[in-house]
Amino acid sequence: MDEHFTPNIVGFLCNWCSYTGADLAGTARLQYPPSLKVIRVMCSGRVDPVFILKALLMGADGVLVGGCHPGDCHYQTNNYHARRRVALLKKVFETLGLESERIRLSWISASEGERFKRVNTEFTERLEQKGPNPTKAEVFL
Amino acid sequence: MPKVLKLNKGAEEGVRELLRFLLESGRVKGVLTLSKLNKNGAVAYLLITDPDALEDAVPLFPLMPANAAKLLSHLTLMEPANEPIAAVVRPCELRAFVELAKRSQGSMENMLFVSSTCGGVYPLEMATDGRIAEELAQYWEAIGKGDIASETRPVCKACVHFLPYTADITVSLIGNKNVGKECQLFLNTDKAEQLVAGFAGEVGEGSIESPELNQFHGKSEAEKENLFSEVKVEGLKGLIDTFGRCINCHGCSKVCPICYCKLCFFESEVGEYKATGYDAELRERGGLRVPPGTIFYHLGRLTHVSVSCVGCGMCTDVCPANIPVATIFDKTSQSVQEIFGYLSGKDVTEPVPLTTFEKEELSYVEE
Repeated sequence: MDEHFTPNIVGFLCNWCSYTGADLAGTARLQYPPSLKVIRVMCSGRVDPVFILKALLMGADGVLVGGCHPGDCHYQTNNYHARRRVALLKKVFETLGLESERIRLSWISASEGERFKRVNTEFTERLEQKGPNPTKAEVFL
Repeated sequence: MPKVLKLNKGAEEGVRELLRFLLESGRVKGVLTLSKLNKNGAVAYLLITDPDALEDAVPLFPLMPANAAKLLSHLTLMEPANEPIAAVVRPCELRAFVELAKRSQGSMENMLFVSSTCGGVYPLEMATDGRIAEELAQYWEAIGKGDIASETRPVCKACVHFLPYTADITVSLIGNKNVGKECQLFLNTDKAEQLVAGFAGEVGEGSIESPELNQFHGKSEAEKENLFSEVKVEGLKGLIDTFGRCINCHGCSKVCPICYCKLCFFESEVGEYKATGYDAELRERGGLRVPPGTIFYHLGRLTHVSVSCVGCGMCTDVCPANIPVATIFDKTSQSVQEIFGYLSGKDVTEPVPLTTFEKEELSYVEE
Protein backbone atom coordinates (compact mmCIF):
# COMPACT_ATOMS: atom_id res chain seq x y z
CA MET A 1 0.00 0.00 0.00
CA ASP A 2 1.24 3.47 -0.88
CA GLU A 3 2.03 5.54 2.13
CA HIS A 4 0.02 8.73 2.09
CA PHE A 5 2.21 11.80 1.62
CA THR A 6 1.46 14.51 4.14
CA PRO A 7 3.37 17.66 3.30
CA ASN A 8 5.38 19.57 5.82
CA ILE A 9 4.46 23.23 5.76
CA VAL A 10 6.36 25.86 7.69
CA GLY A 11 4.04 28.71 8.60
CA PHE A 12 5.33 32.13 9.55
CA LEU A 13 2.25 33.59 11.21
CA CYS A 14 2.01 37.12 12.50
CA ASN A 15 1.28 37.43 16.19
CA TRP A 16 -1.65 39.81 15.86
CA CYS A 17 -3.80 38.33 13.11
CA SER A 18 -2.89 35.00 11.56
CA TYR A 19 -1.53 33.35 14.71
CA THR A 20 -4.61 34.45 16.61
CA GLY A 21 -6.74 33.22 13.72
CA ALA A 22 -5.06 29.83 14.08
CA ASP A 23 -5.85 29.91 17.81
CA LEU A 24 -9.47 30.62 17.00
CA ALA A 25 -9.60 27.64 14.65
CA GLY A 26 -8.29 25.59 17.55
CA THR A 27 -10.75 26.84 20.17
CA ALA A 28 -13.57 26.38 17.67
CA ARG A 29 -12.37 22.78 17.20
CA LEU A 30 -12.16 23.14 13.44
CA GLN A 31 -10.61 20.14 11.73
CA TYR A 32 -7.70 20.70 9.34
CA PRO A 33 -4.73 18.63 8.14
CA PRO A 34 -1.82 18.26 10.59
CA SER A 35 0.66 19.61 8.03
CA LEU A 36 1.43 23.08 9.33
CA LYS A 37 4.36 23.74 11.69
CA VAL A 38 3.89 27.23 13.01
CA ILE A 39 6.58 29.79 13.77
CA ARG A 40 5.14 32.86 15.41
CA VAL A 41 6.62 36.15 14.22
CA MET A 42 5.62 39.57 15.47
CA CYS A 43 4.75 40.71 11.97
CA SER A 44 4.73 39.26 8.47
CA GLY A 45 7.12 42.11 7.66
CA ARG A 46 9.70 40.37 9.85
CA VAL A 47 9.98 37.49 7.40
CA ASP A 48 13.20 37.89 5.45
CA PRO A 49 12.96 35.94 2.16
CA VAL A 50 16.02 34.09 3.43
CA PHE A 51 13.85 32.42 6.13
CA ILE A 52 11.59 31.03 3.44
CA LEU A 53 14.57 29.88 1.39
CA LYS A 54 16.15 28.16 4.34
CA ALA A 55 12.94 26.27 5.16
CA LEU A 56 12.50 25.15 1.57
CA LEU A 57 16.14 24.09 1.19
CA MET A 58 15.98 22.14 4.43
CA GLY A 59 13.15 20.12 2.98
CA ALA A 60 9.91 21.88 3.87
CA ASP A 61 7.31 21.13 1.19
CA GLY A 62 5.80 24.56 1.44
CA VAL A 63 6.03 27.84 3.30
CA LEU A 64 3.00 29.86 4.35
CA VAL A 65 3.42 33.50 5.30
CA GLY A 66 0.36 34.73 7.17
CA GLY A 67 -0.31 38.37 7.94
CA CYS A 68 -3.04 40.86 8.73
CA HIS A 69 -5.24 42.03 5.85
CA PRO A 70 -3.94 45.14 4.03
CA GLY A 71 -4.76 48.18 6.11
CA ASP A 72 -5.03 46.14 9.34
CA CYS A 73 -1.34 45.66 10.15
CA HIS A 74 -0.63 46.12 13.85
CA TYR A 75 2.48 48.05 12.80
CA GLN A 76 0.55 50.07 10.21
CA THR A 77 2.18 49.07 6.94
CA ASN A 78 4.60 46.19 7.33
CA ASN A 79 2.39 43.61 5.67
CA TYR A 80 2.71 45.70 2.49
CA HIS A 81 6.46 45.24 2.77
CA ALA A 82 5.96 41.51 3.30
CA ARG A 83 3.95 41.40 0.09
CA ARG A 84 6.82 42.99 -1.85
CA ARG A 85 9.32 40.54 -0.38
CA VAL A 86 7.20 37.51 -1.21
CA ALA A 87 6.62 38.83 -4.73
CA LEU A 88 10.38 39.26 -5.11
CA LEU A 89 11.19 35.76 -3.90
CA LYS A 90 8.53 34.17 -6.08
CA LYS A 91 9.95 36.02 -9.08
CA VAL A 92 13.47 34.80 -8.28
CA PHE A 93 12.08 31.26 -8.10
CA GLU A 94 10.24 31.60 -11.40
CA THR A 95 13.30 32.97 -13.19
CA LEU A 96 15.37 30.01 -12.02
CA GLY A 97 12.73 27.43 -12.80
CA LEU A 98 12.09 26.64 -9.13
CA GLU A 99 8.62 25.89 -7.77
CA SER A 100 7.22 29.20 -6.63
CA GLU A 101 3.89 27.52 -5.84
CA ARG A 102 5.53 26.17 -2.70
CA ILE A 103 5.42 29.70 -1.31
CA ARG A 104 2.10 31.14 -0.26
CA LEU A 105 1.14 34.52 1.17
CA SER A 106 -2.28 34.77 2.79
CA TRP A 107 -4.00 37.40 4.85
CA ILE A 108 -5.86 35.85 7.78
CA SER A 109 -7.39 38.06 10.47
CA ALA A 110 -7.78 37.16 14.15
CA SER A 111 -11.47 36.47 13.62
CA GLU A 112 -11.01 34.23 10.58
CA GLY A 113 -10.58 30.78 12.12
CA GLU A 114 -12.62 29.36 9.28
CA ARG A 115 -10.37 31.03 6.70
CA PHE A 116 -7.28 29.73 8.46
CA LYS A 117 -8.67 26.24 8.17
CA ARG A 118 -9.47 26.75 4.49
CA VAL A 119 -6.04 28.21 3.61
CA ASN A 120 -4.29 25.37 5.38
CA THR A 121 -6.46 22.69 3.76
CA GLU A 122 -6.14 24.15 0.27
CA PHE A 123 -2.39 24.63 0.54
CA THR A 124 -1.95 21.09 1.87
CA GLU A 125 -3.95 19.70 -1.05
CA ARG A 126 -1.90 21.68 -3.55
CA LEU A 127 1.33 20.37 -2.06
CA GLU A 128 0.00 16.81 -1.94
CA GLN A 129 -0.53 17.07 -5.67
CA LYS A 130 2.94 18.52 -6.25
CA GLY A 131 4.57 15.82 -4.19
CA PRO A 132 7.59 16.06 -1.91
CA ASN A 133 10.00 18.95 -2.28
CA PRO A 134 12.97 17.73 -4.37
CA THR A 135 15.37 19.47 -1.97
CA LYS A 136 14.61 16.73 0.53
CA ALA A 137 16.51 14.14 -1.47
CA GLU A 138 19.31 16.42 -2.62
CA VAL A 139 22.73 16.13 -1.01
CA PHE A 140 24.70 18.81 -2.87
CA LEU A 141 23.03 21.79 -1.29
CA MET B 1 19.55 70.64 -26.72
CA PRO B 2 22.24 69.60 -24.26
CA LYS B 3 25.45 71.59 -24.08
CA VAL B 4 28.49 69.93 -25.55
CA LEU B 5 32.16 70.76 -25.31
CA LYS B 6 34.17 69.85 -28.39
CA LEU B 7 37.88 69.24 -27.97
CA ASN B 8 40.57 68.76 -30.57
CA LYS B 9 42.16 66.10 -28.45
CA GLY B 10 41.75 62.39 -28.12
CA ALA B 11 39.09 61.32 -25.59
CA GLU B 12 41.52 60.00 -23.03
CA GLU B 13 43.82 62.99 -23.29
CA GLY B 14 40.86 65.34 -23.28
CA VAL B 15 39.50 63.90 -20.06
CA ARG B 16 42.95 63.92 -18.49
CA GLU B 17 43.39 67.58 -19.45
CA LEU B 18 39.98 68.39 -18.04
CA LEU B 19 40.88 66.70 -14.77
CA ARG B 20 44.14 68.62 -14.68
CA PHE B 21 42.28 71.87 -15.33
CA LEU B 22 39.82 71.13 -12.54
CA LEU B 23 42.59 70.35 -10.07
CA GLU B 24 44.83 73.26 -11.05
CA SER B 25 41.98 75.77 -10.93
CA GLY B 26 41.03 74.44 -7.50
CA ARG B 27 37.47 73.74 -8.65
CA VAL B 28 37.87 70.19 -7.40
CA LYS B 29 40.30 69.08 -4.74
CA GLY B 30 40.52 65.44 -5.73
CA VAL B 31 40.11 63.21 -8.72
CA LEU B 32 39.24 59.53 -8.76
CA THR B 33 40.44 57.85 -11.92
CA LEU B 34 42.03 54.71 -13.25
CA SER B 35 45.77 54.94 -13.41
CA LYS B 36 48.48 52.75 -14.94
CA LEU B 37 50.39 50.57 -12.52
CA ASN B 38 52.91 49.23 -14.99
CA LYS B 39 53.37 48.48 -18.65
CA ASN B 40 51.67 45.08 -18.52
CA GLY B 41 48.25 46.65 -18.62
CA ALA B 42 47.45 46.58 -14.92
CA VAL B 43 45.47 49.59 -13.74
CA ALA B 44 44.04 50.62 -10.39
CA TYR B 45 41.80 53.38 -9.13
CA LEU B 46 43.78 56.27 -7.77
CA LEU B 47 42.57 59.26 -5.78
CA ILE B 48 44.70 62.15 -6.97
CA THR B 49 45.20 65.65 -5.58
CA ASP B 50 48.48 66.58 -7.31
CA PRO B 51 47.91 67.51 -10.99
CA ASP B 52 51.30 66.05 -11.91
CA ALA B 53 50.18 62.63 -10.69
CA LEU B 54 47.66 62.64 -13.55
CA GLU B 55 50.40 61.73 -15.98
CA ASP B 56 49.75 58.01 -15.72
CA ALA B 57 45.97 58.39 -15.48
CA VAL B 58 44.02 56.36 -18.03
CA PRO B 59 40.46 57.43 -17.18
CA LEU B 60 38.82 55.50 -20.04
CA PHE B 61 40.90 52.32 -19.94
CA PRO B 62 38.56 49.37 -20.63
CA LEU B 63 39.12 47.41 -17.45
CA MET B 64 37.28 47.42 -14.14
CA PRO B 65 39.74 46.47 -11.38
CA ALA B 66 37.04 47.23 -8.81
CA ASN B 67 33.57 48.66 -9.00
CA ALA B 68 34.21 52.33 -8.27
CA ALA B 69 30.89 52.57 -6.43
CA LYS B 70 32.38 50.47 -3.67
CA LEU B 71 35.39 52.78 -3.42
CA LEU B 72 33.23 55.91 -3.40
CA SER B 73 31.07 54.34 -0.72
CA HIS B 74 34.15 53.80 1.46
CA LEU B 75 35.12 57.44 0.94
CA THR B 76 31.73 58.92 1.75
CA LEU B 77 30.11 56.42 4.11
CA MET B 78 30.57 58.37 7.34
CA GLU B 79 30.13 61.85 5.86
CA PRO B 80 30.00 63.50 2.44
CA ALA B 81 33.27 64.55 0.83
CA ASN B 82 34.23 67.85 2.47
CA GLU B 83 35.96 69.03 -0.70
CA PRO B 84 34.70 68.61 -4.25
CA ILE B 85 35.84 65.41 -5.98
CA ALA B 86 35.60 64.51 -9.66
CA ALA B 87 35.17 60.80 -10.31
CA VAL B 88 35.55 59.19 -13.71
CA VAL B 89 33.36 56.11 -13.62
CA ARG B 90 31.55 53.73 -15.95
CA PRO B 91 27.75 53.90 -16.28
CA CYS B 92 27.26 50.72 -14.22
CA GLU B 93 29.57 52.00 -11.50
CA LEU B 94 27.59 55.20 -11.35
CA ARG B 95 24.32 53.26 -11.14
CA ALA B 96 25.72 51.16 -8.33
CA PHE B 97 26.77 54.27 -6.44
CA VAL B 98 23.31 55.77 -6.87
CA GLU B 99 21.90 52.59 -5.30
CA LEU B 100 24.39 52.79 -2.44
CA ALA B 101 23.63 56.45 -1.83
CA LYS B 102 19.91 55.62 -1.68
CA ARG B 103 20.73 52.95 0.88
CA SER B 104 22.70 55.49 2.97
CA GLN B 105 25.99 53.81 2.12
CA GLY B 106 27.56 56.88 0.59
CA SER B 107 26.87 60.44 -0.39
CA MET B 108 26.75 62.07 -3.80
CA GLU B 109 27.25 65.50 -2.30
CA ASN B 110 30.31 67.40 -3.51
CA MET B 111 30.85 64.90 -6.31
CA LEU B 112 31.23 65.57 -9.99
CA PHE B 113 30.58 62.45 -12.02
CA VAL B 114 32.31 62.09 -15.37
CA SER B 115 31.13 59.05 -17.27
CA SER B 116 31.05 57.88 -20.87
CA THR B 117 29.06 55.95 -23.40
CA CYS B 118 30.66 52.69 -22.43
CA GLY B 119 31.81 50.06 -24.88
CA GLY B 120 32.40 47.53 -22.13
CA VAL B 121 35.53 46.31 -20.43
CA TYR B 122 37.84 43.32 -20.71
CA PRO B 123 37.82 40.48 -18.21
CA LEU B 124 40.15 40.88 -15.24
CA GLU B 125 42.16 37.85 -16.34
CA MET B 126 43.43 40.00 -19.21
CA ALA B 127 44.59 42.68 -16.79
CA THR B 128 48.22 41.76 -16.53
CA ASP B 129 49.15 39.66 -19.52
CA GLY B 130 49.48 42.60 -21.88
CA ARG B 131 46.63 41.42 -24.09
CA ILE B 132 44.53 44.51 -23.52
CA ALA B 133 47.29 46.68 -24.99
CA GLU B 134 47.17 44.52 -28.12
CA GLU B 135 43.39 44.74 -28.30
CA LEU B 136 43.06 48.47 -27.65
CA ALA B 137 43.26 49.70 -31.24
CA GLN B 138 40.62 47.15 -32.26
CA TYR B 139 38.46 48.16 -29.26
CA TRP B 140 38.31 51.84 -30.16
CA GLU B 141 37.78 51.10 -33.82
CA ALA B 142 34.88 48.77 -33.07
CA ILE B 143 32.96 51.07 -30.75
CA GLY B 144 33.72 54.02 -33.02
CA LYS B 145 31.72 52.20 -35.67
CA GLY B 146 28.97 51.26 -33.20
CA ASP B 147 30.12 47.64 -33.03
CA ILE B 148 30.73 45.53 -29.97
CA ALA B 149 34.42 44.94 -29.34
CA SER B 150 35.41 41.29 -29.32
CA GLU B 151 36.93 39.73 -26.18
CA THR B 152 35.09 42.10 -23.84
CA ARG B 153 33.17 40.49 -20.97
CA PRO B 154 29.93 38.71 -21.87
CA VAL B 155 27.85 40.87 -19.48
CA CYS B 156 29.37 43.97 -21.04
CA LYS B 157 28.47 42.83 -24.54
CA ALA B 158 24.94 42.22 -23.34
CA CYS B 159 24.64 45.52 -21.46
CA VAL B 160 21.99 47.91 -22.74
CA HIS B 161 22.62 50.60 -20.13
CA PHE B 162 25.83 51.93 -21.66
CA LEU B 163 24.53 55.48 -21.68
CA PRO B 164 25.00 56.96 -18.19
CA TYR B 165 21.80 58.14 -16.52
CA THR B 166 23.02 60.57 -13.89
CA ALA B 167 26.47 61.72 -15.01
CA ASP B 168 27.32 65.42 -14.86
CA ILE B 169 29.59 65.01 -17.86
CA THR B 170 29.27 62.27 -20.47
CA VAL B 171 32.19 61.56 -22.78
CA SER B 172 30.96 60.35 -26.13
CA LEU B 173 32.91 57.21 -27.08
CA ILE B 174 30.48 55.00 -28.97
CA GLY B 175 30.30 56.35 -32.51
CA ASN B 176 33.41 58.49 -32.17
CA LYS B 177 35.49 57.32 -35.13
CA ASN B 178 38.30 59.69 -34.28
CA VAL B 179 38.58 58.91 -30.62
CA GLY B 180 42.37 59.42 -30.69
CA LYS B 181 42.11 62.92 -32.13
CA GLU B 182 38.88 64.55 -31.03
CA CYS B 183 36.14 64.16 -28.49
CA GLN B 184 32.87 65.55 -27.27
CA LEU B 185 32.02 66.07 -23.63
CA PHE B 186 28.31 66.47 -22.95
CA LEU B 187 27.60 68.81 -20.06
CA ASN B 188 24.41 67.44 -18.56
CA THR B 189 24.12 69.60 -15.46
CA ASP B 190 24.59 73.24 -14.45
CA LYS B 191 27.32 72.10 -12.11
CA ALA B 192 29.23 70.63 -15.05
CA GLU B 193 28.86 73.82 -17.07
CA GLN B 194 30.12 75.97 -14.21
CA LEU B 195 33.09 73.76 -13.45
CA VAL B 196 34.14 73.47 -17.06
CA ALA B 197 33.83 77.21 -17.82
CA GLY B 198 37.16 78.56 -19.01
CA PHE B 199 38.51 75.20 -20.14
CA ALA B 200 39.78 74.78 -23.70
CA GLY B 201 37.51 73.97 -26.62
CA GLU B 202 34.23 75.43 -27.70
CA VAL B 203 30.86 74.89 -26.13
CA GLY B 204 28.03 74.27 -28.52
CA GLU B 205 24.85 72.30 -28.57
CA GLY B 206 24.33 68.77 -29.72
CA SER B 207 22.76 65.43 -29.09
CA ILE B 208 24.53 62.35 -27.88
CA GLU B 209 22.23 60.19 -30.01
CA SER B 210 23.82 58.93 -33.20
CA PRO B 211 23.18 56.16 -35.73
CA GLU B 212 26.19 54.32 -34.26
CA LEU B 213 24.75 54.56 -30.75
CA ASN B 214 21.43 53.16 -31.96
CA GLN B 215 23.21 50.39 -33.81
CA PHE B 216 25.21 49.59 -30.68
CA HIS B 217 21.97 49.41 -28.72
CA GLY B 218 20.47 46.99 -31.20
CA LYS B 219 23.53 44.78 -31.11
CA SER B 220 23.62 44.79 -27.32
CA GLU B 221 19.95 43.83 -27.17
CA ALA B 222 20.63 40.89 -29.46
CA GLU B 223 23.67 39.85 -27.41
CA LYS B 224 21.59 40.04 -24.26
CA GLU B 225 18.90 37.83 -25.69
CA ASN B 226 21.52 35.27 -26.74
CA LEU B 227 23.37 35.33 -23.47
CA PHE B 228 20.23 35.07 -21.36
CA SER B 229 18.95 32.10 -23.33
CA GLU B 230 22.38 30.47 -23.32
CA VAL B 231 23.02 30.76 -19.60
CA LYS B 232 19.99 29.39 -17.92
CA VAL B 233 19.26 27.70 -14.68
CA GLU B 234 16.42 25.21 -14.78
CA GLY B 235 15.23 24.15 -11.36
CA LEU B 236 17.12 22.63 -8.49
CA LYS B 237 19.24 20.37 -10.71
CA GLY B 238 20.22 23.35 -12.83
CA LEU B 239 21.13 25.33 -9.72
CA ILE B 240 23.38 22.55 -8.55
CA ASP B 241 24.95 22.14 -11.99
CA THR B 242 25.76 25.83 -12.06
CA PHE B 243 26.60 26.71 -8.48
CA GLY B 244 27.70 23.25 -7.33
CA ARG B 245 31.27 23.99 -8.37
CA CYS B 246 31.39 27.09 -6.16
CA ILE B 247 34.39 26.91 -3.80
CA ASN B 248 32.73 29.14 -1.19
CA CYS B 249 35.32 31.89 -1.39
CA HIS B 250 32.53 34.49 -1.27
CA GLY B 251 34.60 36.59 -3.66
CA CYS B 252 31.43 37.50 -5.56
CA SER B 253 30.00 39.18 -2.49
CA LYS B 254 33.32 40.85 -1.61
CA VAL B 255 33.50 42.65 -4.96
CA CYS B 256 29.76 43.26 -5.31
CA PRO B 257 28.97 46.95 -4.88
CA ILE B 258 25.47 46.14 -3.63
CA CYS B 259 26.65 43.58 -1.04
CA TYR B 260 27.63 46.22 1.48
CA CYS B 261 26.69 44.57 4.80
CA LYS B 262 29.58 44.76 7.23
CA LEU B 263 28.49 41.50 8.77
CA CYS B 264 27.20 39.25 6.04
CA PHE B 265 24.31 37.01 7.01
CA PHE B 266 26.00 34.15 5.20
CA GLU B 267 29.26 34.62 7.07
CA SER B 268 27.63 35.03 10.46
CA GLU B 269 27.24 32.29 13.03
CA VAL B 270 23.59 31.89 12.04
CA GLY B 271 24.62 30.15 8.87
CA GLU B 272 27.09 27.81 10.51
CA TYR B 273 26.35 24.11 10.80
CA LYS B 274 27.01 22.52 14.17
CA ALA B 275 27.23 18.80 14.78
CA THR B 276 23.52 18.66 15.62
CA GLY B 277 22.72 20.42 12.36
CA TYR B 278 24.64 17.86 10.33
CA ASP B 279 23.05 15.12 12.36
CA ALA B 280 19.51 16.26 11.65
CA GLU B 281 20.13 16.73 7.94
CA LEU B 282 22.02 13.48 7.51
CA ARG B 283 19.23 11.51 9.12
CA GLU B 284 16.91 12.87 6.42
CA ARG B 285 19.17 12.79 3.38
CA GLY B 286 21.80 10.17 4.03
CA GLY B 287 24.50 12.49 2.69
CA LEU B 288 25.36 16.17 2.69
CA ARG B 289 27.89 18.33 0.90
CA VAL B 290 30.53 19.71 3.24
CA PRO B 291 30.40 22.52 3.99
CA PRO B 292 26.71 22.84 3.12
CA GLY B 293 24.90 26.03 2.22
CA THR B 294 26.28 26.82 -1.24
CA ILE B 295 22.89 26.97 -2.92
CA PHE B 296 21.44 28.82 0.06
CA TYR B 297 24.23 31.38 -0.19
CA HIS B 298 23.65 32.13 -3.87
CA LEU B 299 19.86 32.16 -3.68
CA GLY B 300 20.04 34.27 -0.53
CA ARG B 301 22.38 36.74 -2.14
CA LEU B 302 20.06 36.91 -5.14
CA THR B 303 17.10 37.85 -2.95
CA HIS B 304 19.22 40.44 -1.12
CA VAL B 305 20.78 42.21 -4.10
CA SER B 306 18.41 41.67 -7.02
CA VAL B 307 16.44 44.91 -6.58
CA SER B 308 19.64 46.90 -6.81
CA CYS B 309 21.95 44.75 -8.96
CA VAL B 310 23.34 46.75 -11.90
CA GLY B 311 24.93 43.81 -13.70
CA CYS B 312 28.44 45.28 -13.47
CA GLY B 313 30.01 41.86 -13.88
CA MET B 314 32.57 42.00 -11.08
CA CYS B 315 31.28 38.74 -9.60
CA THR B 316 31.94 36.77 -12.77
CA ASP B 317 35.29 38.49 -13.13
CA VAL B 318 36.57 37.24 -9.80
CA CYS B 319 34.96 33.79 -9.76
CA PRO B 320 37.75 31.20 -9.60
CA ALA B 321 35.30 28.44 -10.59
CA ASN B 322 34.15 30.21 -13.77
CA ILE B 323 30.53 30.42 -12.73
CA PRO B 324 28.64 32.98 -14.86
CA VAL B 325 27.37 34.63 -11.67
CA ALA B 326 26.79 38.06 -13.20
CA THR B 327 24.69 36.75 -16.07
CA ILE B 328 22.39 34.82 -13.74
CA PHE B 329 22.15 37.73 -11.34
CA ASP B 330 21.60 40.23 -14.14
CA LYS B 331 18.85 38.14 -15.70
CA THR B 332 17.09 37.48 -12.39
CA SER B 333 17.47 41.08 -11.25
CA GLN B 334 15.97 42.34 -14.42
CA SER B 335 12.82 40.30 -13.95
CA VAL B 336 12.64 41.26 -10.26
CA GLN B 337 13.08 44.97 -10.97
CA GLU B 338 10.43 44.76 -13.68
CA ILE B 339 7.70 43.77 -11.22
CA PHE B 340 8.39 46.96 -9.27
CA GLY B 341 8.73 49.10 -12.41
CA TYR B 342 12.23 49.97 -11.26
CA LEU B 343 15.63 50.23 -12.87
CA SER B 344 18.50 50.22 -10.40
CA GLY B 345 20.60 53.35 -10.37
CA LYS B 346 18.58 55.24 -12.95
CA ASP B 347 16.92 57.82 -10.76
CA VAL B 348 18.38 59.21 -7.54
CA THR B 349 14.98 60.26 -6.24
CA GLU B 350 13.19 56.96 -6.74
CA PRO B 351 13.20 54.87 -3.55
CA VAL B 352 14.61 51.33 -3.53
CA PRO B 353 11.59 49.01 -4.05
CA LEU B 354 11.88 47.17 -0.73
CA THR B 355 11.80 50.39 1.25
CA THR B 356 8.47 51.45 -0.14
CA PHE B 357 5.14 50.05 -1.33
CA GLU B 358 1.85 50.86 -2.99
CA LYS B 359 -1.35 50.01 -1.20
CA GLU B 360 -2.91 48.53 -4.31
CA GLU B 361 -0.43 46.26 -6.06
CA LEU B 362 0.82 42.71 -6.51
CA SER B 363 -2.60 41.24 -5.68
CA TYR B 364 -1.55 38.14 -7.66
CA VAL B 365 0.70 37.00 -4.82
CA GLU B 366 -2.11 37.14 -2.27
CA GLU B 367 -3.94 33.86 -1.97
